[in-house]
Amino acid sequence: MTTGADAWIALAITALGCYGVKLLGLSIPAGLLERPLVRRLAALVPIALLAALTALQTFGTTTRHLAVDARSAGLAAAAVALLLRAPFLVVVAAGVLVTAAVRAVA
Amino acid sequence: MTAPPIPAPSPAPEAPEAGRRAVVRDALGVGVAVGLSGFAFGVTSAGAGFSLVQTCAMSLLVFTGASQFALVGALGSGGNPFAAAAGALFLGTRNAFYGLRLSPLLAFPRAVRPLAAQWVIDETSAVALSQRGRDDARLGFTVTGASLYLLWNVTTLAGALGASALGDPAAWGLDAAGPAVFLALLAPMVKDRTERTAAASAVLLALAFLPLLPAGVPVLVSALAAPLALAACRRNRRRGQAAEEGATRDHRR
Repeated sequence: MTTGADAWIALAITALGCYGVKLLGLSIPAGLLERPLVRRLAALVPIALLAALTALQTFGTTTRHLAVDARSAGLAAAAVALLLRAPFLVVVAAGVLVTAAVRAVA
Repeated sequence: MTAPPIPAPSPAPEAPEAGRRAVVRDALGVGVAVGLSGFAFGVTSAGAGFSLVQTCAMSLLVFTGASQFALVGALGSGGNPFAAAAGALFLGTRNAFYGLRLSPLLAFPRAVRPLAAQWVIDETSAVALSQRGRDDARLGFTVTGASLYLLWNVTTLAGALGASALGDPAAWGLDAAGPAVFLALLAPMVKDRTERTAAASAVLLALAFLPLLPAGVPVLVSALAAPLALAACRRNRRRGQAAEEGATRDHRR
């Protein structure tokens, strides 16, 4: 874990930045960011980031190695819940519970 | 947070009252379900070493779940604060595009905009954009925003307080909450081939660079998958079109 000061710095930047982009979207005249290429990229960037984060937090370890452990089983359960069109909370719960269950058994 | 399945547009209301009740019901359904998952965030954040005040400040001030989970994940694994913030911010930029689409629909007065802005997230946008007419969109946005903001912050506090009682969050499988949230957000966004290509190449980039780069940086590298996928799929499409045109030309000849 980083120091408290580092956490506050990161927190302040994220809070200000995230609020800033929200307000920007509501405030700027439509059309400025409506160019097809910009729109397409804007839709793809969160997809890339979310996919990467899912993989990193499922297979990554604090020692920066890859590992297939209980989290992989949990993520598979979450994926099944998504395929069954379960609500958001159920998807997260499935991931958490299966991970815990696999750890308890192992 | 999530892009929940967009509630089916309510049938044309017989009476305006019934229509408004349906909007409130849809909005509360989304707000309550997603709001409760703040508990997982509170526990995760406390488990990553953030103080109670920091954890609650994040939910109050950042208030966009994916960015929050990304931030605590990156910092918790020893990432540089600027790289961690950059990753979280990158994820938050999609809210600007929601704002662009919501702005003409909601048409909030200038004075209300700074207040409404904090609630511009996946869920409020999904509910508001699926309504017919300005009044219903405003109602859907406000009810979703209020219920989610309230619950997300209350459950964050409960999660952060309960974290010490729970002991090791990993024993409860709570380290899987972050990736499960990301997957639940990702699933409805990935529909066409370019989107699938972007997701798959981002995973490959991130995992390939995980052992090579400091924590928090691989996720930034993975953002390159977006322009790469766009370029690759455009070139394929162009080649496909060219082949098709060539075929028709040959046929004519």
